[in-house]
Amino acid sequence: MNIFETIVVQATGISADNPLVGVLSPRCDILELSEYSHDASLRPRRPGGLSHSERAGLAYRIAKRNNETALMLHYNQLFGVDSQTLADISFDGGDDARLKAIIRHTDLVTINPKAAVIEDVAALPVAGLDNADIVQLSELIAFVSYQARVVAGLRLMAVVA
Amino acid sequence: MSEPIRSFTTAVPYWRPRITPLDIEEASDEQLEAMKVTTSNTKIGEFTLVLALDPETLLHFTPLINGIMSGQGGLSRPETELGAVSASVVNRSIYCAAAHSNQYNQLTKDDAVIDSIFSSGEAADISPRQKALLLFSSKLSKCPSEATKADVERLSDNGLDMDEVLDLVFAASLFSWVNRLSHVLGDPLAQS
Repeated sequence: MNIFETIVVQATGISADNPLVGVLSPRCDILELSEYSHDASLRPRRPGGLSHSERAGLAYRIAKRNNETALMLHYNQLFGVDSQTLADISFDGGDDARLKAIIRHTDLVTINPKAAVIEDVAALPVAGLDNADIVQLSELIAFVSYQARVVAGLRLMAVVA
Repeated sequence: MSEPIRSFTTAVPYWRPRITPLDIEEASDEQLEAMKVTTSNTKIGEFTLVLALDPETLLHFTPLINGIMSGQGGLSRPETELGAVSASVVNRSIYCAAAHSNQYNQLTKDDAVIDSIFSSGEAADISPRQKALLLFSSKLSKCPSEATKADVERLSDNGLDMDEVLDLVFAASLFSWVNRLSHVLGDPLAQS
């Protein structure tokens, strides 16, 4: 995989003549595994209780909470039917108990993971998520949190390199 | 039921899952592959058994952790561990902070750096290079937009090459991922 085919490198906006390219190329393996992780979290073969379009909406929401505009644009491209609703940070799920629980958990773990207590996890099955859904939601939140930091870090490096 | 540990420690706790882990007897071939189960390796930790409920993600997660933490890149192993500890302190992931501070102390034979970070956080009394690593990793962990060009320049001024900075970016970012799993999906308990 060429490093410029990866979402994180594309999101940094660096050009092929940036000195950072020579630093990134030897760690292409990490960028490639990050790309596979993206696909597994956003477009899994078996999405279980979270559709691909819901995942894209949540990923946009997480990118927005992290002030990561380039990733917001990327996730916007993956939007499907239900994405916009979940992406809107002024929407808390309204009277839909399932969406409300998913959004609450996503915002909590994105912004303030240290505050997540056992009761927060226990609230998810009540809203209709099974254990596999809970792990998939957790992985999605955690992956986009990772990705946003890699992109921000690389972008700062590109300025200094 | 015993109470979770609330203070930072270098003694690695037992991780008690908040949801029921996969029963290894019922694992699919895909789940076994994701857990890297071989006949010589049948003792699987509960953290892995919980993550195996999402085998598509776990399949790439384990090699990613190994690739970032093994010290194959520019940054030394202890300094990679310091990046992991810095993120885990910000996120108050007691389990990850313990596991990686323990690694750091074993590698360096020096407990003073971790003691100071655990007691004083970003005000820790450590070397300028260690401080630069700690501050950059902490800001990136809190919110990525908090880290600035000046933080990267401080790393550079303290002798880090760009390949070392890259590994620090990977390590600190990785723990924004790992902490969100370990801290949210389980509780740290004292080992009996």
